[in-house]
Amino acid sequence: MKYLLIMQINPAVLDALTDEERNEVGEGHGEFMKTIQESGEFILTQALADPANSAVVTGTGGVPAVTDGPFLEAKEFMGGFYLIDCESKERAIELAKLIPDTRFKGLAIEIRPVMFSSGADL
Amino acid sequence: MSADVGDLLRRLAPQVLGTLVRRHGQFDACEDAVQEALLAASVQWPEQGTPTEPVGWLVTVAGRRLTDQWRSDHARRRRELAAVGHDTEDTDLTKHVDDTLRLLFLCCHPKLSAPSQVALTLRAVGGLTTAQIAHAFLVPEATMAQRISRAKQTIKGAGFPDGAERLPVVLHVLYLIFNEGYTATSGPDLQRVELTTEAIRLTREVHRLLPDNGEVAGLLALMLLTDARRATRSTTDGALVPLADQDRARWDRKAIEEGVALVSRTLATAPLGPYQVQAAIAAVHDEAATTDDTDWAQVLILYKILDRLAPNPMVTLNRAIATAMVHGPQAGLDLIAELDADKRVAGHYRLDAVRAHLLDLAGRHEEARECYRRAARRTVSLPEREYLLRKTSG
Repeated sequence: MKYLLIMQINPAVLDALTDEERNEVGEGHGEFMKTIQESGEFILTQALADPANSAVVTGTGGVPAVTDGPFLEAKEFMGGFYLIDCESKERAIELAKLIPDTRFKGLAIEIRPVMFSSGADL
Repeated sequence: MSADVGDLLRRLAPQVLGTLVRRHGQFDACEDAVQEALLAASVQWPEQGTPTEPVGWLVTVAGRRLTDQWRSDHARRRRELAAVGHDTEDTDLTKHVDDTLRLLFLCCHPKLSAPSQVALTLRAVGGLTTAQIAHAFLVPEATMAQRISRAKQTIKGAGFPDGAERLPVVLHVLYLIFNEGYTATSGPDLQRVELTTEAIRLTREVHRLLPDNGEVAGLLALMLLTDARRATRSTTDGALVPLADQDRARWDRKAIEEGVALVSRTLATAPLGPYQVQAAIAAVHDEAATTDDTDWAQVLILYKILDRLAPNPMVTLNRAIATAMVHGPQAGLDLIAELDADKRVAGHYRLDAVRAHLLDLAGRHEEARECYRRAARRTVSLPEREYLLRKTSG
């Protein structure tokens, strides 16, 4: 079963981290990736640029409208994700707990099941 | 590679691997060597003809690869020592029978997660390539390769198991492979059919080796009786067709006959188990000309037995449908009302889907639509969701 582990981040929380904590996060992600790669559960990961860089194409019923900036103005947003394939939701939760973000107040990992898959290497 | 040679090789693969593992230990290295021997055979046999002793040919070629590998290996001496005490004289082909089973037990080692057991079984016993397995499960080949490699590492030191206490795990793994193929959640159907075919082939093999085991026979019958409906289970564009609406004239009669005979014989002779009961339920459905003709009283009795043998809220849900068909929809609704408090199933889409179906039967269509809507939001299967959404507008 495939799950998307969505990193729900808050830039204010990340900015407040000490250098040491920032290192801990960086190394933690490295370790996490190694763990799920070796277990054969890792498919893909991407980190996303700040939504300030986003453009949004919105349906209007006629010609779509194009605006700059995020879809939703919010303190938290999706900063990136891991796509994994594992035994169960319980296992996905267990893996999410290994992601260093879960050690800091104000950061979170959202676990969403995948319903349809297609891709160049599938 | 011709289909005939491909089939033959996949049938022989576990025998060859089993022989090598028994002789040398080193599952990891043996498995690689067998894959190479299979590849060589798939090229040479169609051109030069199949050897008279195909198993012997493969064992020899794979054995040579192993030796080559060990020669270039610093740990050669240590490995040779480790191999002392293993049976090196054996040429008795009847031992292959045991080897296939023991190989299955090894692949279903309790230290492995279910996805790893499944992947290793398909590769080591099913003789599928890593690419084929990755394709069937819609993951990149690198992911599947790593999963198999880790699984082999994990069981590296494990002995070649003898006892049959692992048989229930083996049956569960075969059941998982079948289900993955049958409840196609995404991707092209063709590859998924490969998984059901493979699950049936492997279960048939286990049944041949353990003909008196009732649960093995039960699982094989269950697969045959379920797979018999495959062609009618979805429309050409992939939409789900429920049992009641399937075109029963297109069900596979041959598979049904085989499954029914198998389960009838087993129920009469072996101790009762959950797979046999599920097969018996499938048989009642398969033998009915229409939903109304179905012997629902019989189905209900069987679900009660199943609920006692293997208590599980999903079984209770199915029992509720049978109850509704025998005693009316309200009786079914009363039964599932108890499940709302059951953590294992509360919030699961099946609970809402069954409730919706029973409300529809009771003529309470407005409430039914609401339940179908909730179920549609809850399911993680695309065809299921589309089916449930269709029901909300019905």
